[in-house]
Amino acid sequence: MRNLLPLIWRKIPERYNLIGSRDEETGKEYFPQRKISPAVRRRGKLVDHPMPRDGTIYSYSLVHSAPTGFEVESPYFIAIIELSNGVRILSQLVDSPAERVKMGAKVKLVFRKIFEDEAEGAIAYGYKFKVVQ
Amino acid sequence: MRSVSIIGAGMTKFGEHWDASFRDLIVEAGVKAVTDAGVAGKDLQAIYGGCMASGRFIGQEHIGALIADQLGLNPLPSTRLEAACASGSVALRAGYMAVASGMYDVVAVGGVEKMTEVSTEEAAIALGGAGDQEWELFNGATFPALYALMAQRHMLEYGTTEEQLASASVKNHANGVHNPYAQFQRAITIDDVMNSGYVATPLKLLDCSPITDGAAAVILCASERAKEFNDTPIEIAGSGQASDTLALANRSTLTAIPATTIAAKQALSQAKVDIKDIDLAEVHDCFSIAEIMAIEDLGFFKKGTGGKASADGETAIGSKIPINTSGGLKACGHPVGATGVKQVIELYWQLRGEATNRQVDGAEIGLAQNVGGSGATAVVHVLKRY
Ligand SMILES: CC(C)(COP(=O)(O)OP(=O)(O)OC[C@H]1O[C@@H](n2cnc3c(N)ncnc32)[C@H](O)[C@@H]1OP(=O)(O)O)[C@@H](O)C(=O)NCCC(=O)NCCS
Repeated sequence: MRNLLPLIWRKIPERYNLIGSRDEETGKEYFPQRKISPAVRRRGKLVDHPMPRDGTIYSYSLVHSAPTGFEVESPYFIAIIELSNGVRILSQLVDSPAERVKMGAKVKLVFRKIFEDEAEGAIAYGYKFKVVQ
Repeated sequence: MRSVSIIGAGMTKFGEHWDASFRDLIVEAGVKAVTDAGVAGKDLQAIYGGCMASGRFIGQEHIGALIADQLGLNPLPSTRLEAACASGSVALRAGYMAVASGMYDVVAVGGVEKMTEVSTEEAAIALGGAGDQEWELFNGATFPALYALMAQRHMLEYGTTEEQLASASVKNHANGVHNPYAQFQRAITIDDVMNSGYVATPLKLLDCSPITDGAAAVILCASERAKEFNDTPIEIAGSGQASDTLALANRSTLTAIPATTIAAKQALSQAKVDIKDIDLAEVHDCFSIAEIMAIEDLGFFKKGTGGKASADGETAIGSKIPINTSGGLKACGHPVGATGVKQVIELYWQLRGEATNRQVDGAEIGLAQNVGGSGATAVVHVLKRY
């Protein structure tokens, strides 16, 4: 297994605070952060930029066959969330009763444990989303 | 650029090979291809091998050298290429370009994967490497789940149903019955698929390709010399490849694989054929929804109508456009690195009229579409009988 610790701490601003990028030239926003602006195919004027913490479910799936590290949560929902600025991100859904998980449902960001790597003793935290009324 | 042809092909049976090692699979496919082509070791000038994740599956890397070594072909230059589930096709493209450029006249192209040496969970992690580890797999996505997200969206936007998705698997199993190389040579019904248990909603076990061992190889030759070896060589008339974002969430759409459309345009225009001229196609049905998107993205059916077309039987042998006569990834099996090469072998046999009970009558032009990951790589080849 790879060492997860650097992977986790390197990305803390992104994973904990949903800091993405904004290209000041084109106005386009990105998550995760980018070093090169795909719209102009060069560095552009990318600056760190916080993403909105609310959005809607663009697509979802209830995962029954869980990968290693996620077994205890199975079955669990994952979703592609369309944030209110139009940027899409993939995330788990939590605290959301199945009958409220629907295409287009409103969601908001919550901070949670993502998974625990027992061998390493590392715990990964980050964003998940929950359905709001 | 010169014209390039396939002059020989060989593959192992796809399935669980408890008794055969990674090396055994390479040797079996390689020897069959070389024998079929009637080439001698001295004729071959280079080797290109596709393999996705041997490091995760069997702890072995440096597959290029291993292939040359095991086939007794040292000191030929031998290179491994990787593009997740499209590794076989990018190896084919590398071999194709080497011959087309005039650098070599005769090269071997292979693909191999040995996936059953590890548990399903470990295989899932290895396959997860085809997606975006940091931003998708890290957050609990699995490979079936990524395609499930596409399926869900396709169902919302176009009214595609789970039964329509299932029809792709049913048709592919029906074709697999007639392919002695297929992992599953048994027919299934829509009910079987519907009752096979969810892996990631709306996809069920029988919407998924299986975990498979296998190897496949072809010999490529400059067309101007092909008849020295083979009476009915098959030309690689067009080759296209495109990329997209690694992460599914960053794509412009979830209901299509845009890289497929771009790669297809390149391959078709190079081959100077229209999609309507294609007699049969092998497409990348790693999950049933992938086949539905492929037949739309390639232009066989209008966007959104692939599910209905599949359920109406329009992709069966003998109807509008036979898709996945080999049984596809679903029934023939999906040893990830080998699949792209297997697809063109099926076309090679079909275009030569050697596909026995699954033969498409009068097939002259075939197309193969191979996808890496959830669509971050797509490769399309057009093959022609001449
Ligand atoms: C779907 C999947 C999770 C099933 O794995 P699993 O639950 O471990 O299944 P098992 O290995 O326990 O097999 C149970 C039975 O189902 C059969 N089976 C497994 N997968 C099958 C499939 N996809 N289609 C048909 N039958 C299948 C097995 O042959 C076995 O039959 P048996 O009991 O008669 O021997 C696994 O096949 C998978 O991960 N597939 C996707 C592979 C993938 O992602 N490829 C890359 C795509 S780009």
